[in-house]
Amino acid sequence: MSATVETVDQITDLADEKYKYGFVTDIESDTLPPGLNEDTIRFISAKKDEPEWMLEWRLKAFRHWLTLEEPDWQKPKFPKIDYQDACYYAAPKNMKDGPQSLDEVDPELLATYEKLGIPLREQEMLAGVAVDAVFDSVSVATTFKAKLEEVGVIFCPISEAVKRCPELVKKYMGSVVPFNDNTYATLNSAVFTDGSFVYIPKGVRCPMELSTYFRINEANTGQFERTLIIADEGSYVSYLEGCTAPMRDENQLHAAVVELIAHDDAEIKYSTVQNWYPGDENGVGGIYNFVTKRAACRGRNSKVSWTQVETGSAITWKYPSCVLLGDNSVGEFYSIAITNNRQMADTGTKMIHIGKNTSSRIISKGISAGKSDQTYRGLVRMAGKANGARNYTQCDSLLIGDTCGAHTVPYIESKNPSAVVEHEATTSTISEDQLFYLRQRGIDEETAVALIVNGFCRDVLQQLPMEFAVEAQKLVGISLEGSVG
Amino acid sequence: MLEIKNLHVTVDGTEILKGIDLSLGSGEMHAIMGPNGSGKSTLSYTIAGRAGYDVTEGEILFKGQNIVDLSPEDRAAEGIFLAFQYPVEIPGVANTTFLKEALNAMRRHRGEDELDAMQFVRMLREKVKELGISDDMLKRAVNAGFSGGEKKRNEILQMSVLEPALAVLDETDSGLDIDALKIVADGVNRLRNPERSMLMITHYQRLLDYIVPDFVHVLAHGRIQRSGGKELAQELEKNGYAEFTKTDAAA
Ligand SMILES: Nc1ncnc2c1ncn2[C@@H]1O[C@H](COP(=O)(O)OP(=O)(O)OP(=O)(O)O)[C@@H](O)[C@H]1O
Ligand SMILES: [Mg+2]
Repeated sequence: MSATVETVDQITDLADEKYKYGFVTDIESDTLPPGLNEDTIRFISAKKDEPEWMLEWRLKAFRHWLTLEEPDWQKPKFPKIDYQDACYYAAPKNMKDGPQSLDEVDPELLATYEKLGIPLREQEMLAGVAVDAVFDSVSVATTFKAKLEEVGVIFCPISEAVKRCPELVKKYMGSVVPFNDNTYATLNSAVFTDGSFVYIPKGVRCPMELSTYFRINEANTGQFERTLIIADEGSYVSYLEGCTAPMRDENQLHAAVVELIAHDDAEIKYSTVQNWYPGDENGVGGIYNFVTKRAACRGRNSKVSWTQVETGSAITWKYPSCVLLGDNSVGEFYSIAITNNRQMADTGTKMIHIGKNTSSRIISKGISAGKSDQTYRGLVRMAGKANGARNYTQCDSLLIGDTCGAHTVPYIESKNPSAVVEHEATTSTISEDQLFYLRQRGIDEETAVALIVNGFCRDVLQQLPMEFAVEAQKLVGISLEGSVG
Repeated sequence: MLEIKNLHVTVDGTEILKGIDLSLGSGEMHAIMGPNGSGKSTLSYTIAGRAGYDVTEGEILFKGQNIVDLSPEDRAAEGIFLAFQYPVEIPGVANTTFLKEALNAMRRHRGEDELDAMQFVRMLREKVKELGISDDMLKRAVNAGFSGGEKKRNEILQMSVLEPALAVLDETDSGLDIDALKIVADGVNRLRNPERSMLMITHYQRLLDYIVPDFVHVLAHGRIQRSGGKELAQELEKNGYAEFTKTDAAA
């Protein structure tokens, strides 16, 4: 059965829910007072019991960060962030040494994840999905570890990987997103707290979906996680990240870095369902989601697919990208971005074609409602040696109401005359005819909108792993609540 | 079942319906005929509750209740179904998904249990067979890329799934080839029963050979000009609407 078939029932169930992840968990936590200086970084590094080289790397990044100015070319404008006012480390208190098994995890925490719909107890898990859960600054549980280790897959918190397989971390961390890449990535390199690490050995097809759930709980805390995924020759992995945060009046910064490396004949499928707290209908509060995600298709015939469903955050600013180095490598970007109320999103991708016969495909579906504003910004670059490279881009915008905005900004740079770049864009609205037709069949207006929008996003929803497609469809419905009528 | 009294309807500031009186008893089949632009679709949209079709005078009683202020979805749940003259395309939404959602929305409204996927598919199989609708058409997006005839058959499929108490069929016969016309007519006839009333809008006497109406009404210039039995349709076929257009001009 196709992923979209079973949707609407759930959408309807959730019809009168608002942001349902907005609760705060009452857990005693170990929180560093606000402020950012070299001591903050030494503190984080010490908390994580890191080797010297890791601390040095962080400090190098921090010193560089001090010299940087924040960029201002993006469409969403926001007040200057006071970095001294935020906390850079928060951890549930009784987890200092990290849980060895789920029995050692604070029951409050397990309950939190259950409330989020992510049971961490293995017997309750979705069949075949291994989960790493990151709560504020630390990873609280990684499930199915043993089963993965049998086939040689390493899936663990990045803080653990630093100690367990330092050669891999040293070799790959910062190799796709260098520490001096941009303000937020540099800040992340200095203060990153946790995130997931994945290594798939040669020829291994990862036996299950890997998934990380990020949750910001503490007030005034930023989340700076780092994810590093390495797919060795001929391997395959599908990875999903999900995110939520409590409702708070102040804006919280989320500045993550994700690096993917695909070697010869390897494939990485990376899916995101981003539902950080978007702020209220007047634009108060919400997460600033400024992340740097980049993949290096280093090997011949390697492939990376980014699929994202972006419904949350007050401001989203991200461009999951692919650097297509290996000959015949493939990059894909499938995106659904939904903005409502006063949310702003500036998102898209970069496809950098360097190897011969590389190809990329971009499908972007933007839905704007309320007073929100959205920009698709995409770069396709064909380098001089990229003989026979090709790109296909399709950007569709759907407007709900007449107080929202949608913009498409494609950048195309080609230094190779044999490269082919195709770009198509459409803008549409939900027609009164469609709404009346569905309502005449007994479907209420909000469900009708959700149904039409899900139809509009179908090409992208189909790219999501089955287990998460339904969740994503529900989100589509919830995010657009109150956008009609 | 349906009782329309002195109905006046204004669209974009223009009065289109100027005092319609019409009464449908349970199980009756009524046909409405009339020249292009006489207000037939306007009447059907007004019964279904489309926004922009303002009732300025009169009332529409359905099962004894005035429905003028009900939303389209509430009217649908009460049992009013409109087969559209121009069915609408909903890209990306599978026909099956749409049908299941519509049926379950109504069942919820009536306090009945929803059908699960299995029950629904079993029920759908039966209905589909009778109407000669292919599996492919069920999987495809609602009406997207359907031929004119396929769209009309799809409307009848929806009607047979939703089992309304009152069906308004707006030119369901137009665009159908002879074979499809028979299939659709059979489909409609199968759905006739003593509890279900139908209001069938058509331009062609031909359809009435297959679906025999109890009453025929002529709508012109926003009013029912004449009502009669099925022989009225034959008379129209011969003489056209000249008589009614004249009547109005003289009035
Ligand atoms: N939005 C509108 N503003 C003004 N007039 C309108 C509007 N919509 C419809 N009309 C007019 O209302 C009249 C009735 O239209 P309607 O569609 O009900 O006719 P009909 O009897 O169904 O015709 P046909 O047989 O061609 O389907 C027409 O003259 C049409 O132009
Ligand atoms: Mg008409």
